Amino acid sequence: MRQAKTAVVGLTLVAAMLTCIAGAAIAAPTINGAGATFPEPIYALWMNKYYELTGVKINYQGIGSSGGIRQIEAGTVDFGGSDAPMRAAALVESGLIQFPMVVGGVVPIVNIEGIAPGELRLSPQALADMFAGEIVYWDNDAIRELNPELELPHQAVTVVHRAEGSGTTWIFTNYLDKVSPMWHEKFGTGKTVAWPVGVGAKGNPGVAAYVQRVAGSIGYVEYAYAVQNKLPHVSLRNAAGEFVQPTIESFQAAAANADWASAKGYYMVLTDQPGEETWPIVGATFILLHKKMENPRTARAMLKFFDWCYDHGSEMAVEKDYVPIPGNVVEMIQESWEKELRANGQQIWPLAAEK
Amino acid sequence: MQPRGVAGRQFADQAMRVVMIPAALSGIAILAWILWEVMSRGAAALNWSFFTELPSPPGVEGGGLSNAILGTLLMTLLATAIGAPLGLLAGVFLAEFGPKSRIATAVRFTSNLLMGTPSIIIGVFVYALIVLRTGHFSGWAGAVALAILILPVVLRTTEDMLNLVPDELRESGLALGAPRWRVTLWIIFRAAKTGLVTGVLLAVARVSGETAPLLFTALNSFYWPETLSEPTANLTVTIFNYAMSPYADWQQKAWGASFLITIGVLVVAVLARFSLQRRAAKT
Amino acid sequence: MRPAAQRAAGRRADVSFRLLTAFCAVLVIVVMGAIFLELVDNSLLSIRTFGFGFLTSDAWNPGASEFGALSSIYGTLVSTGIAMLIAVPLGLVIAIFLVEVAHPTVSRLVGGAVELLAAIPSIIYGMWGLFVFAGVMQNHVQPALGDTLGFLPLFQGPPMGIGMLTAGIVLAIMVLPFVTAVTRDVLLMVPPVLKESAHGVGSTMWESVRNVSLRYGRRGIIGAVFLGFGRALGETMAVTFVIGNSHRISASLFAAGNTIASSLANEFNEASEPLYLSSLVQLALVLFAITLVFQSVAHVWVGRLQQMETGQR
Repeated sequence: MRQAKTAVVGLTLVAAMLTCIAGAAIAAPTINGAGATFPEPIYALWMNKYYELTGVKINYQGIGSSGGIRQIEAGTVDFGGSDAPMRAAALVESGLIQFPMVVGGVVPIVNIEGIAPGELRLSPQALADMFAGEIVYWDNDAIRELNPELELPHQAVTVVHRAEGSGTTWIFTNYLDKVSPMWHEKFGTGKTVAWPVGVGAKGNPGVAAYVQRVAGSIGYVEYAYAVQNKLPHVSLRNAAGEFVQPTIESFQAAAANADWASAKGYYMVLTDQPGEETWPIVGATFILLHKKMENPRTARAMLKFFDWCYDHGSEMAVEKDYVPIPGNVVEMIQESWEKELRANGQQIWPLAAEK
Repeated sequence: MQPRGVAGRQFADQAMRVVMIPAALSGIAILAWILWEVMSRGAAALNWSFFTELPSPPGVEGGGLSNAILGTLLMTLLATAIGAPLGLLAGVFLAEFGPKSRIATAVRFTSNLLMGTPSIIIGVFVYALIVLRTGHFSGWAGAVALAILILPVVLRTTEDMLNLVPDELRESGLALGAPRWRVTLWIIFRAAKTGLVTGVLLAVARVSGETAPLLFTALNSFYWPETLSEPTANLTVTIFNYAMSPYADWQQKAWGASFLITIGVLVVAVLARFSLQRRAAKT
Repeated sequence: MRPAAQRAAGRRADVSFRLLTAFCAVLVIVVMGAIFLELVDNSLLSIRTFGFGFLTSDAWNPGASEFGALSSIYGTLVSTGIAMLIAVPLGLVIAIFLVEVAHPTVSRLVGGAVELLAAIPSIIYGMWGLFVFAGVMQNHVQPALGDTLGFLPLFQGPPMGIGMLTAGIVLAIMVLPFVTAVTRDVLLMVPPVLKESAHGVGSTMWESVRNVSLRYGRRGIIGAVFLGFGRALGETMAVTFVIGNSHRISASLFAAGNTIASSLANEFNEASEPLYLSSLVQLALVLFAITLVFQSVAHVWVGRLQQMETGQR
């Protein structure tokens, strides 16, 4: 009896292992990516839809932009995601190419009782002072002057920043760097900076979760995270001196300034752009690929997916308030695929070469 | 001790009881509170699709964690398949072949240290050893990390359990002319079977809820674990990611996954305890 | 086969079996050595760059390639310290309660439950800490502490719910079942004859516990405390959720901090520069060294206890 039981357990085990091994042989390889959490809401939607349509599995783990750069350089993933653009020289050095997937907005979010999304108005200076730890309470004069009609509590400001290297942080600090001389001097632009105050959270989701949880907190996330979780964003004063709300239109206004044609290696920064309608903290998010790849099958499958995203993903992107990359830029990107990407020495784009 | 009146001593005793009993009860109450939160919030999150469907994209309600459940099961099984036999054999060495030898003392000491090594360090180690060398995160790496955690636990319980087997049994086996390995595997293992199984079960209970060693090895995945040479979905890293997300649906799923893990670990631990008690009742 | 040949084959099989088991046993030492070597190997860059200054610098600024372990070491020791300050007395009291005061049925049931709770994965404690306990801390515990003990720098600053104190308490709750279970075992091992004689000469319950049981089991309990300490030191999940992940050393326990383990959990997969990664591996090496020291000390204590016991018999 006992032996029979052992035999059954043993057989089940063996069967499970065999299924796994056999499965590996049949199934198309999963494409593995990792990196920025900024575009994760839209990437996850695209990948889910693409999987439904084609059965191709793309596994994207949001671990932060620094993680995306590190894992693609180490070759532990097939593609990396980052929203801190790499300089053309750094790209050459590490043998990578970078191209933008989508453009999105970074918004400050707050958790103050009685304050609804878009109600609180902040100037660039006030924002920088808060993250520098110089504004300590919400009823600070600088904030009250901007919001005469709001009842602000005498509550401590808890800054929520990223705990790991992040492209969202890069875009956000790049903005603060531009608008505040104090910030420029003390902290500068970076995927991580030496935060003087606050708590650290992992990824855009982590920042959103902490702001959700800690009363009196302020953090910064990609807009989709604020919308999906009904976290109150603030209204910011832009370069033209107007208070604007984060919307797809105000992001598009910023993205319209992008001159991709003269951006070497697609290095593009879209913070503090001119225009009355413009949301001031906008950035593109990038895919990183090795110029020389090993597996032509994986390489083709990846490019096919990215092409599908440019072609069929725009509507979904706009729904989630991301700005799609314009068609002429996509053509430029695909030209660079053609010129620069090789797998096993073969050219992989255009796909017509495949039969 | 200073001589004191009976009244004073009685008072000290009563005072200790007054302090002690509420403190003890509140400690127990906190532990009960945790269990209650996990059980009530977790049970509310479970439904059919939790067990059958793949995860949905962030912010989209629905979906399940079937892939993570399978991934955790597979990696735990594989880790047991690697770690338990090694631990059993190593335990045999300590108990049967020169328990007093210098090597045995060193192995015993090292295995204690290994048992006390933080699991996140095992994660860093396996990342450097396997993930960096093979060039990708994988379920295999995760299983190896878990196997390293299993090894010392099984080793120690095996040694303890084999030491409980009376020497007469060994001697009678050997007197019949049976070779040592047969005596060990056929006679001594049989005699100590319950104890050995308990040791393995306790080790499995310990690793099945581990998160830290998987973060840098198995990573996670949104798909079925069709092969273990890719990032592999698992419950604990999913709990970590989902609990740290702002999505109510994901947070609820994290509770559901916590519930499953807790129930799983408790069932294994109760099984282990039960079999030990039965064994104690028999002897 | 002839008997002689059979015996020879048996002997050969025996030798191989013995070698096989010896190999498995030595594997433990090999694994331990490999862990040490891999950690050293991967932290060489950081060791060469920072030298001993790594241990004493509180800088952690990946943007400027400045790394120091001090804030992580500080957070590890402080959170573990808070945990032990709470868990050890409470664990002792619960164990005494279970062994000496409670009804035997209650004792058996609760004792069994406590042992089971010791098996619950730490991530569950982290979840509870973030979703349930952090709210209680922010709304009740921290304001109360601030009002009463706010003159101490330890309890100043805004109540955020997450932070060093919360992490310490969650850690305490996590090691509590472990400390309780081991202490209970130790107290149960006290020979009844000793306790009965204490009661026989008219000792009260507390006197018998203090003068007989605790004295008898002293070293075992200290061993348990050391093991609990070792567990809390390297704990990742129960801490990462609630400590607030900041590389700053603050006087206030309300402030966010970090531990070596939480820094690794947050930053290891994400560190993009070689020096950053190498510094993180060196952090792991530091944690490894700290736990090795504590484990060894605990081991020596427990060893002495065993010696003492066998000496008495």
